[in-house]
Amino acid sequence: MADDTDQTDDTTAQPYALDSGSAGGSADQATLTDEESDVTQVFPEKELDLRAGADDCYKCTTCDVSCPVAEVDEEFPGPKFQGPEQWRLKRKEDVDIDDSITSCSNCMRCDSACPSNVPLSQMHNEARGEYVDEQMAVFSREYIRNRILSNYRTSARVASKVPHLSNFMMNFSPVRWLMEKTLGVTKEREFPKFASETFQEWWQNRSGADVQNADKQIAYFHGCYSNYNTPEVAKAMVRVFERFDYEVLVPPQQCSGTPMFANGMLSDARRHAVTNVEELAAAIDDGADIIASCTSCSLSLRQEYPELFDIDRINDVADNTFEAIEYLRIHEDLTGVLSDAELDGQSLAYHGPCHARNQGLHRQAIELFRDVDGVHVEDVGDSCSGISGTYGWKAEKYETSMKIGEEMFEHMEHAKGETGLTECPTCAMQMEHGTGYEIWHPLQLIEDAIVE
Amino acid sequence: MAIESDVLVIGGGLAGVTSAVAAARTGADVRLLSHKKTTLRQASGLADGLGYIPGRSRSDDQSEYLSQERKDFRELRASRDEYQGPLIRPFDGFTALPDDHPYSVLGEDALRSGLSLFDDLVGDTYLGEHTEKNALVPTFGGTIKPTARYPRSVAAGIASDERPMLVVGFRSLTDFDARMVADNLEAADVPFEVTGAEVEFTEQFPADAKVTRYARVLDHDERIGGTPARQALVDAVETSANDVERIGFPALLGDDNAQEVRADLGDRLGADVFEIPTGPPSLPGLRLEDQLYAALDTEGVQYETGCPVVDYETTVETPGKLESVLVERSGRKIPYTAATFVLATGGLVGKGIDSDRDHVYEPVFDCHIPQPSDRYDWFTDDAFGDHLYARFGIEHDTTMRPLDADGNPEFTNLYAAGAVVGGADVAREKSASGVSLATGVVAGRKAAAAISDSSADLKMTKI
Repeated sequence: MADDTDQTDDTTAQPYALDSGSAGGSADQATLTDEESDVTQVFPEKELDLRAGADDCYKCTTCDVSCPVAEVDEEFPGPKFQGPEQWRLKRKEDVDIDDSITSCSNCMRCDSACPSNVPLSQMHNEARGEYVDEQMAVFSREYIRNRILSNYRTSARVASKVPHLSNFMMNFSPVRWLMEKTLGVTKEREFPKFASETFQEWWQNRSGADVQNADKQIAYFHGCYSNYNTPEVAKAMVRVFERFDYEVLVPPQQCSGTPMFANGMLSDARRHAVTNVEELAAAIDDGADIIASCTSCSLSLRQEYPELFDIDRINDVADNTFEAIEYLRIHEDLTGVLSDAELDGQSLAYHGPCHARNQGLHRQAIELFRDVDGVHVEDVGDSCSGISGTYGWKAEKYETSMKIGEEMFEHMEHAKGETGLTECPTCAMQMEHGTGYEIWHPLQLIEDAIVE
Repeated sequence: MAIESDVLVIGGGLAGVTSAVAAARTGADVRLLSHKKTTLRQASGLADGLGYIPGRSRSDDQSEYLSQERKDFRELRASRDEYQGPLIRPFDGFTALPDDHPYSVLGEDALRSGLSLFDDLVGDTYLGEHTEKNALVPTFGGTIKPTARYPRSVAAGIASDERPMLVVGFRSLTDFDARMVADNLEAADVPFEVTGAEVEFTEQFPADAKVTRYARVLDHDERIGGTPARQALVDAVETSANDVERIGFPALLGDDNAQEVRADLGDRLGADVFEIPTGPPSLPGLRLEDQLYAALDTEGVQYETGCPVVDYETTVETPGKLESVLVERSGRKIPYTAATFVLATGGLVGKGIDSDRDHVYEPVFDCHIPQPSDRYDWFTDDAFGDHLYARFGIEHDTTMRPLDADGNPEFTNLYAAGAVVGGADVAREKSASGVSLATGVVAGRKAAAAISDSSADLKMTKI
């Protein structure tokens, strides 16, 4: 009898051991009986088998208390439900994905909280994709709105051809009223300005890189926002890397997919990913590492790409992608160079974007400037800014987004100085919206400090 | 060019933070790496020292240092594998601990230093500093937990206070049963009258609303069905309150503004309002986490969270000395070098110790963990019994260096702290925080003191 009980225990423990990749994995396999190995094949082969992840969840609920949406909205069932529980429910019978999946902002804080490495955001992305494909009408206002929001690159490309007209139209109140009424895009927010010269245009006018160096090459994934809206960030990135003698390449590129994942538009994201992976893999073959200045872009290439798509070379791209400052910290004496620098008495309130947290990057700006003369950078705490890309642009999510942001606004106002600092372009939007501060990217501060 | 520090602490829980601050206070340049959010939020937020000890034998007379008053719950505890307590003072129990217990190896000073560092870091938000005695704090199971330090928010609830007590639960919050808490406290023979009441607060919340949501409505005094949350709670409780002098709530009375929420409710109810620590995830744990991380900033400790330490490097010349650890960043292993290292990755919950069907191991450095070769000897049949696995962990010397199977240091410059260290059954002893504090403070100081040895070594090898 005792043996029987033990047998059962072992069987349930088995998938965990097999999938955890632990040192004893192969030994476990060798000791499996046929009967036991059947148990691991209960579910039909699917494109993406998340069972191991669901099994790793031991319901500690840490993810739920890290969820900024659940903190302000009691109706949101939280990441544990959206992830492992919903996944398991669907295995039992093919129930619909719960509507509440559209309230997840894809901040991915659940990922950085989970002590068991349950791939929560991957499960959320999958569920959201399925929801959009199978339960959302393609002619619904919401679908059209989300498709437009998530394909920001497409509209930005058109709008940036005539930046002055676009800037006027996008913040012209009758137009905004109409957009809210017809599309559900909130009229509360100021549309980001389109630059009169995009980064790509600047790059071409400059005839590309100033530094040629076959030994130190990086391929810059600038993303849409620093191309169309804040080319000053992209320019700072180029100048800082050239200061360290890197040759910067700017390969052809599409959207990283971040807004598409957040809206469940997985086939759009995949289409863009195919181009990106092909171009970036070619750059890797030429000896370059991939650098992004937007932390959501770098997170997407590193984490969401290999989790969601099976594209040739996608893992190469993931493994060779870095965020700009992260890369310099690893390969250059950035702290040493900065310690000789002097800035002219600035105080900045730094907000660590959720997607920077997930990559372990949300403290590097604080650390870098700690000992630099003439600058004071203060961390405004670990709350989420609340905008989460396109999320805070939706009329029905605007209020939630601002409630989440409240703590950050408060802390920014308590911090010294009236300039904000963050790596994420949409966090920057929210910081500006809530406080009226001008917002910088840390690369701009580094540029100020060390580029002649 | 690797990322460099004097002391590198791996792990961001209580032990990691303690060792990082202890090292930083000696002037060392310290960096702390934590893979995930800490497991502090899965703990009660109380900081215990030592509450129960293994009995020498069942026939022994009750020693004079055991509390004579709280007979019932003491007997309940004592009947289970002869654990005895609650101890009046943590230090009274040291001599009864096994030789390989970290307290036995390090002595009383380590725990005293650890507690005193903790007092410094949390300031006046915690109490208990004034005495060496344990405080007895009611838990959400209606038991009494002996603890060395406790958040101010639970102060009015301690069991040595003889004032009558009302425990309030919310009908919509199914995890906390106020009447059961009251009944169990009564059964534990507390020296006061205690009643439990279930009230209607946040009735419109679904059953799975998060503790952070409750804290938030009270923090911001959000309106619930038209009434500001704090007033709604006062209205709900008032009929049951009947001039009672102290009222206990599940620990979700605010987060950022917890002190204000408690004071406000207390004023309006005309009673001392206190919190009863809940099960995980716990707001007192979350608040402690926030405080400790803010302290890292003020103490000048650099920290990074989000990426795991997965491996280490030594040099050919000095294979017994760590050169760097490797941090995994999406498929790439990035070296972080330091003169000395502290391993504070936690135990089975924090995943600083892992196991498969064949053995129990420490995943980063593969430090030696003593264990029976037959895994059926790792546990006993009594679920709450004397499981060997509860004491699994690293063996160490008096400077907290992990020892290999032959009793030699695993590496000359590696130290260990917290639950990754073996020898203590912290759940039964009520010593988890104390062990983290005591081992953390010693590991941090020794790691900092050894920086110069370590760089001297380095120069020697370069010559």
